[in-house]
Amino acid sequence: MEKKIEKQLSLPLKNALQMSLRNFKIRFGRAIIVTMSILLGIAFFMSIMASNVFTMALIEKGPENIRTVLVENLPEIKVKQRWLVTLSLLVCTVGIINSMLMAVTERSREIGTMKCLGALDRFVMELFLLEAMIHGIGGSIIGSFLGILIMTLVYIAQYKKIILSIFPTLTLLKFVGISIILGTGLAIIGALYPAIVSARMEPAEAIRREV
Amino acid sequence: MPREVIVRTIELKKTYMLGKIPLHVLKGIDLEILKGEYISIMGPSGSGKTTLFNMIGGLDKPSEGKVYIDEVDIAQLDAYELAWLRCRKIGYIFQTFNLIPVMSALENVMLPMIFAGMTTDDAREKAKSLLETVGLGDRLHHKPFELSGGQQQRVAIARALANDPAIILADEPTGNLDLKTGKEIINLLREMNKEKQVSIITATHDLKMLDVSDRVIWIRDGMIERIEDRENLDIKVGHVEGEEAG
Ligand SMILES: Nc1ncnc2c1ncn2[C@@H]1O[C@H](COP(=O)(O)OP(=O)(O)OP(=O)(O)O)[C@@H](O)[C@H]1O
Ligand SMILES: [Mg+2]
Repeated sequence: MEKKIEKQLSLPLKNALQMSLRNFKIRFGRAIIVTMSILLGIAFFMSIMASNVFTMALIEKGPENIRTVLVENLPEIKVKQRWLVTLSLLVCTVGIINSMLMAVTERSREIGTMKCLGALDRFVMELFLLEAMIHGIGGSIIGSFLGILIMTLVYIAQYKKIILSIFPTLTLLKFVGISIILGTGLAIIGALYPAIVSARMEPAEAIRREV
Repeated sequence: MPREVIVRTIELKKTYMLGKIPLHVLKGIDLEILKGEYISIMGPSGSGKTTLFNMIGGLDKPSEGKVYIDEVDIAQLDAYELAWLRCRKIGYIFQTFNLIPVMSALENVMLPMIFAGMTTDDAREKAKSLLETVGLGDRLHHKPFELSGGQQQRVAIARALANDPAIILADEPTGNLDLKTGKEIINLLREMNKEKQVSIITATHDLKMLDVSDRVIWIRDGMIERIEDRENLDIKVGHVEGEEAG
């Protein structure tokens, strides 16, 4: 039985997290580019959502004249918005998956080396998914607030101070939450495929593969 | 006293498919390497040394034939056992050092011990003492890019020794180093070999390596050309060196 215990391989979460964070810090330039793609996608998505939320807030609580104009155009606005949301999600997904793909493949040699040192496929996956999560959370928090900021400025330009008096903080925060889940989810999904492929490679091949 | 066989290969073959054309890189290698032996594998570029290493180290799968490490057929191991073998039984040293770039020397040496389940504190202590052994006690917190090639290779040697492996596989460990540094690395490997009874298998073009090897295995075109013991070697070295110079 003793043999069994001795034959354990492990990568404690604490160490994995430390390694991922370290990677983020040291490859800062590189990491920022990956995060940026998430950030921009989410900022796009969030700005569409915020514009939606502002329109609805104006319809509910805005002054009469603005209200009638908006209600009249509502069906048209809705169609346009739906199209934009779809588009923003697409941009987001493609951008994130692409940058995760690059982030993983360019470190093929490192993956191979870790496997030589006894890393299980699972460890490699764990490290990359943790890193993706850090990118995802960071990118989507900043991105969603950036999106709100831009749309707020756009609406202030159009409707002046009214927008601040009816500012739909709670609804917007709800969408911030959704954006974070979305951004993080997409980052993890984007990293999943390249991480699986890299983790399963024979170490010899992973080390050989120059990127 | 008969010595333990630590590595045995039987009719080992490796064929790569280049499109539809098969490329026979290893054409049937039969080897026995004893515990504590220092082996050099010599051969021209492209003769299959790295390929042979990858098979022995469980880093790639042979097309045919068997590799036994400690009398265990490694083809029979599952992914977990194979990772365990790489972690505990074998230490790897590469021509290109292959340290993890974002980790300090200390952390690089600690990593295989963390994988092996050692606590961070124990791993740190042992990593420190290993780095001191290889003469890098004052470079613990340097990152690989802050170290010279020779220093990086020393870190790699310390890392290879981390879990007290039975075998160290070193693929051209001096390939990227100058003459003097190469010599130091060779002597360090020899020291470790004597001290810890770890078998060392190196692939090399480096004739300095011959002096310290117990046996030299010459391969050519994926086959063993000849195997020489050190006693018979001395005469030949001069001859080979002359050949190389000319
Ligand atoms: N993954 C691969 N796919 C196809 N061919 C390969 C692969 N790996 C190695 N080869 C071929 O196998 C042959 C032997 O390569 P190997 O790397 O084992 O040589 P080597 O003896 O280590 O050479 P060197 O001294 O230059 O390192 C070469 O002809 C090489 O092109
Ligand atoms: Mg080679």
